[in-house]
Amino acid sequence: MNLIELRDIYKTYHLGELDVPVLKGISMTVAHGELVALMGASGSGKSTLMNILGCLDHPTSGQYLLDGQEVSDLTTDGRALLRNKKIGFVFQSFNLLARTSALENVILPLTYTHEPLSDHEANSRAMELIKLVGLEDRAHHEPSQLSGGQQQRVAIARALVNRPSLLFADEPTGNLDSHTSQEVLAMFEQLNRQEGITIILVTHDPAVASHAKRTIHISDGVIVDGDMPPPPSGGAS
Amino acid sequence: MRLFRILRTMRTALKALLRNPMRAALTSLGIIIGVAAVIIMMEIGKGSSAAIQRTIANMGANNLLVQPGTAASGGVSFGAGTVMTLTPDDSEAILKECPAVLSAAPLVRARTQVIYGNRNWVPMFIYGTTPEYLVVREWTAMAQGDMFTDSEIRNASKICVLGQTLVRELFDGASPLGKEVRVQNVSFKVVGVLSKKGANMMGMDQDDILIAPWTTIKYRVTGSSATTGNQSVSAANTTSGVNSLNKLYPNAQLNLYPAPSATQQADTPLPVRFTNVDQILTAARSSTEIPLAMRQITQILRERHRLHSYESDDFNIRDMTEMSKTLSSTSTLMTNLLLSVALISLIVGGVGIMNIMLVSVTERTREIGLRMAVGARGRDILRQFLVEAVVMCLAGGAIGILLGQGFSKLITAMLHWPTETSIAAIVSSVVVSASVGIIFGFYPAWKASRLDPIEALRYE
Ligand SMILES: Nc1ncnc2c1ncn2[C@@H]1O[C@H](COP(=O)(O)OP(=O)(O)OP(=O)(O)O)[C@@H](O)[C@H]1O
Ligand SMILES: [Mg+2]
Repeated sequence: MNLIELRDIYKTYHLGELDVPVLKGISMTVAHGELVALMGASGSGKSTLMNILGCLDHPTSGQYLLDGQEVSDLTTDGRALLRNKKIGFVFQSFNLLARTSALENVILPLTYTHEPLSDHEANSRAMELIKLVGLEDRAHHEPSQLSGGQQQRVAIARALVNRPSLLFADEPTGNLDSHTSQEVLAMFEQLNRQEGITIILVTHDPAVASHAKRTIHISDGVIVDGDMPPPPSGGAS
Repeated sequence: MRLFRILRTMRTALKALLRNPMRAALTSLGIIIGVAAVIIMMEIGKGSSAAIQRTIANMGANNLLVQPGTAASGGVSFGAGTVMTLTPDDSEAILKECPAVLSAAPLVRARTQVIYGNRNWVPMFIYGTTPEYLVVREWTAMAQGDMFTDSEIRNASKICVLGQTLVRELFDGASPLGKEVRVQNVSFKVVGVLSKKGANMMGMDQDDILIAPWTTIKYRVTGSSATTGNQSVSAANTTSGVNSLNKLYPNAQLNLYPAPSATQQADTPLPVRFTNVDQILTAARSSTEIPLAMRQITQILRERHRLHSYESDDFNIRDMTEMSKTLSSTSTLMTNLLLSVALISLIVGGVGIMNIMLVSVTERTREIGLRMAVGARGRDILRQFLVEAVVMCLAGGAIGILLGQGFSKLITAMLHWPTETSIAAIVSSVVVSASVGIIFGFYPAWKASRLDPIEALRYE
């Protein structure tokens, strides 16, 4: 079974009398364990699509199956619960809580789990992920005391702390220099390979997209290329 | 589980507040001042009303005067043996069995000349009573010497205590302790001098007084003074066994009736009342307990006097409620007035909290978006901001309570205003500040919970 199945997704914003169609019939599939890049010009609807994929928003019409579950008609609370359990986000602008240690930033999603963990468990789980992103000696630093790359790594650790199966990154390297960008992208590749996490990278930089195994091109609200996963090749077994 | 979640929310709220401690402190300032004002007002109000109560009590406002009922039921004659005037035992019973009564003392009055050396004076009051009298009158402090004791009452000792005016008139400032004054040819040794009390509400000099054991006044001095019409001369009154000095200083009293024989006494169905007193002066525990005390005294006396339900009281009770009511209602009015001003300042403080919470929600829009993106539901956000507001109010309330208490102590120390710790004020401050937090924190928290995560994340 595929992790993501989109069928004929439409998204139309209403600005007063004016209808602004942004997504115009998107159908696509993402299999488990893929690393996909989502490319397109500015204003083509990448972020809008990602918000729907990430259950932050619901489509105007169309079907969205996540892990076989229909999610396009979930309530706001239902989507929140789903995000907490299955989805991690990495943002262009990191979005770490200021004046809060890296460790506590990573713990944040654990506060909203359905069955809250004990403080001790939460701490050790967060520490584990901070080690994974190589920041164990910075665990008690605040965001203002970390470099951009380090902040983004904290954000990645935060996105992973609930062991999601799906990770979204909207222009994760947009605020980083090329060297740190490479570091962060290498980390995505490593997570994808070793942990089997499905990652969707939104970008308009072909160099970033080249790290992905597949690139979906979107233009003016429709997919022009790469909407299906590549057929399983011989090396997959 | 639920508790765990709330505790965690509390911690999150505390952390969020401590991220900006100065602002949290300034925001709570309104609550701090409001609560401190409430506490100060309540403590000063309570202190001053207690002080007024004490003053009133000192003036005798809590006093209840029990008098024999003959005057009120004039014309009705009580047959021999059934006549029930007040006795010292009634006084004891009132003291023991009426919880609302602080103290009770029997009174035997006389009005006659007091002589010392070549000076003489007719004091306004000559009272035969018990040491309880001073408790009733709130007059326990002695200027010199001591009050007589119960055993001296039993012995009908010829000792007395003098008021300041009497001392001035008879002794011209010299110490009267150990000297002997004569009252109707009975010689009394002065054992104490009362402290100065001044004039009473009617302008009568309360220091113009001589107090002696009631037995002494009753058996050795009055007898014939017949201050109450119904005062029957009982058998014990005339038995010379008590008055050993009858021969030296004979009572001016006539033996009107022959002493009852043993047969007569055995035939009497009711216990013989040997003695009676002119009045019983009692004090209620507080001005609010006066009506209760009056009911209890009435009940106990009716029982003791074996009155049937159809019979009217053979005594009457006088109080001074009018006076105490006026004074305490003034202080209640003032307290309520100040309290409402303080409550208004609490509301202003609440509006301040709402204002800052709204700013805080706007400022932390991205944080809210992020929390929602990682799985916070609307109600989680609502709870977080509500708890923040309540924590801020409660912390402000706690500081306000401490500040208010400190201030009221300071006021007592510097201005000598009486204050009194009020538990009710503390409890209500906590409740009010928590409610202010909930009421004024709700709107901003609700606004935060309604944010759209996408827009919130994009907010600059
Ligand atoms: N809330 C909204 N209301 C109205 N129109 C919107 C809203 N959000 C997005 N749009 C419109 O949808 C279109 C697509 O926006 P979107 O953010 O998805 O673009 P994008 O592909 O992510 O661009 P970029 O690469 O610059 O991030 C834009 O034309 C934008 O104006
Ligand atoms: Mg975008």
